[in-house]
Amino acid sequence: MKASSRIVDGVEIIKLEGKITIGAGDQQLREVIGHALAEGRTNILLALSGVTTIDSSGIGELVGSYTTVTNRGGKLKLLHLPAKLNELLHVTQLITVFEVYENEQDALKSF
Amino acid sequence: MQNGDGERIEITISSRFENIELVQVIAEHLCENAGLDEDGSHWIGMAVREAVANAIKHGNKLDVRKKVNATFDLRGLDLTINISDEGQGFDPEKVSDPLSPKNLMKTSGRGIFYMKTFMDQVRYSFAPGGGTSLVMTKNLAKGTGIATSSKH
Repeated sequence: MKASSRIVDGVEIIKLEGKITIGAGDQQLREVIGHALAEGRTNILLALSGVTTIDSSGIGELVGSYTTVTNRGGKLKLLHLPAKLNELLHVTQLITVFEVYENEQDALKSF
Repeated sequence: MQNGDGERIEITISSRFENIELVQVIAEHLCENAGLDEDGSHWIGMAVREAVANAIKHGNKLDVRKKVNATFDLRGLDLTINISDEGQGFDPEKVSDPLSPKNLMKTSGRGIFYMKTFMDQVRYSFAPGGGTSLVMTKNLAKGTGIATSSKH
């Protein structure tokens, strides 16, 4: 998994590309979020259009990241959800947990 | 959808996470070759991915000396997948419901739920001397448990 980030209006936009699966990407996601929090950035927008594969471990890391950021007083939101990831979140009712955006400007305004 | 002769594929892998994709790809190609669309093949591949991951992580405890065996049997449009490991087994009745409010925010525990969502049937059996065998079946003419969803 590749991760690149930029800061816009105080929000760290982290673009994830590749796989977020067990043993490949799940741990990296945790590290990327941990790094952002360690830098004091608690408003995080995960841009997910480049995610090619995600499994239940990857979903678990998304949930864990959400909890970690929220517990630090921050917000974690999702941008450009791929269709299959969207469906996985719906099936497990996690779509009710995350705020999901199709438009970056709308997402940034929501923080 | 094509309905040709039966097909049987068997693969044995060592318990490394990087081997999961090998098995998933076999599942997806088998389904696509049988005429299933990309979406349908993907979800069956996902079920296989979850099963193999569980076999590696929970069954074989990531012991690379232990093997995971996967067999795919396609008879007409009926697909039977067997994933077996060398682990000690577990009680499927004790697997928590990830949709329960108390479990919703857990970081694990969704793998079996996904398998049951994407496949028609999921059954476990445990050998007295050790080893877990998972059998999943799917009629390729039926849809999956995934419905078209809307976004914000």
